[in-house]
Amino acid sequence: MGPLIPNGFIPFEWSSIIAIVIGIFFGFILEASGFSSSRKLAGVFYGYDFAVLKVFFTAAITSLIGLFYMDYLGYVDMSSLYVHPTYLWGAIIGGAIMGIGFVTGGFCPGTSLSAVAIGKIDAIVNVLGIMVGIFIFSELYTLFEPLYNGYFQGNVTLVDSLGINKYWFVFILTVVAIIMFAASDMIRKRVKKVFY
Amino acid sequence: MKDKEQNRHIYWNPYFGGFLLGLLIIFTFYITGRGLGASGAMKSSVVTIVDDVSHEHAKQSAYYSKFVDGDKNPMNNWIVFETLGVLIGAFISGGLAGRIGWRVQHSPKITRRRRLIFAFSGGILFGLGAQIARGCTSGAALSGMAVLSTGGFITMLAIFGSGYLFAYFFRKNWI
Repeated sequence: MGPLIPNGFIPFEWSSIIAIVIGIFFGFILEASGFSSSRKLAGVFYGYDFAVLKVFFTAAITSLIGLFYMDYLGYVDMSSLYVHPTYLWGAIIGGAIMGIGFVTGGFCPGTSLSAVAIGKIDAIVNVLGIMVGIFIFSELYTLFEPLYNGYFQGNVTLVDSLGINKYWFVFILTVVAIIMFAASDMIRKRVKKVFY
Repeated sequence: MKDKEQNRHIYWNPYFGGFLLGLLIIFTFYITGRGLGASGAMKSSVVTIVDDVSHEHAKQSAYYSKFVDGDKNPMNNWIVFETLGVLIGAFISGGLAGRIGWRVQHSPKITRRRRLIFAFSGGILFGLGAQIARGCTSGAALSGMAVLSTGGFITMLAIFGSGYLFAYFFRKNWI
């Protein structure tokens, strides 16, 4: 029967209210997990705090397993969920630029907003920077357009791209994540402590 | 010792936070058929500002015109409401934990000014990258991974990969 709004189980007019409620939970979880601290976030790149890695991969695996179960039990039709389109080089180059932005600024857009909410001035400046970045992209759109619209592979999943069994993939990803969690704890013990 | 206590106990256990975030993503897909996002609302704001300053310019631009055509209002958008919620939710959490206050957080080894300059330039790069990749860490990487999107996985690998690659050059800001 799910997703509920696209399938008409919840009237479309409710979507703004639901959006605010979902956002409240999102912001609460980000802030309570420490993502309003740029120094905690940057820790993942220097080995003194792996909260980003742990939260990020736990969330990805929880949602993957949960959605597959709901699909299997018939609560949600996975094929009707929105799959982020794959523009190969846009994803690689855009992602690489975001990575540099992450170690420079210490925030990504969602975490930055959660830090703005509790009064971090560096986060306010970061959000202004993000908006300037979007403005630069928009003004120079014709320059970026070949990269932005090129190398389109469709709204594909790893099942289409790699031809793997999705259940095995999730199982292997889970095992890899557990190994990463264990390794990250070992690394953190060896790295000089940073307090913030 | 006080610092140590802060590091350990002030925030949620990351696995607990990650688990709840995973449940929230499932719930979001179940209700709306789409995942979470963050940079989209900032794009809507930029489009609105440009449109207010010069409607002609927005209409003629190949990029802005996609969002301001006809009587479309870029601020009447799912993600803008979701982002309002993020601000409220983070404010509640910070309030309950006593973390609200105006301040610039930075390593004691760098100045406040240096932190703000780097926060600003990092933002510019993140904004630019998020447009090129059609989404940021939440919209492209996290929500993409939840439905096994190939693009989502590539974006996630590119963000963390280049983060580790360039971390060395920015180490003085953090450690």
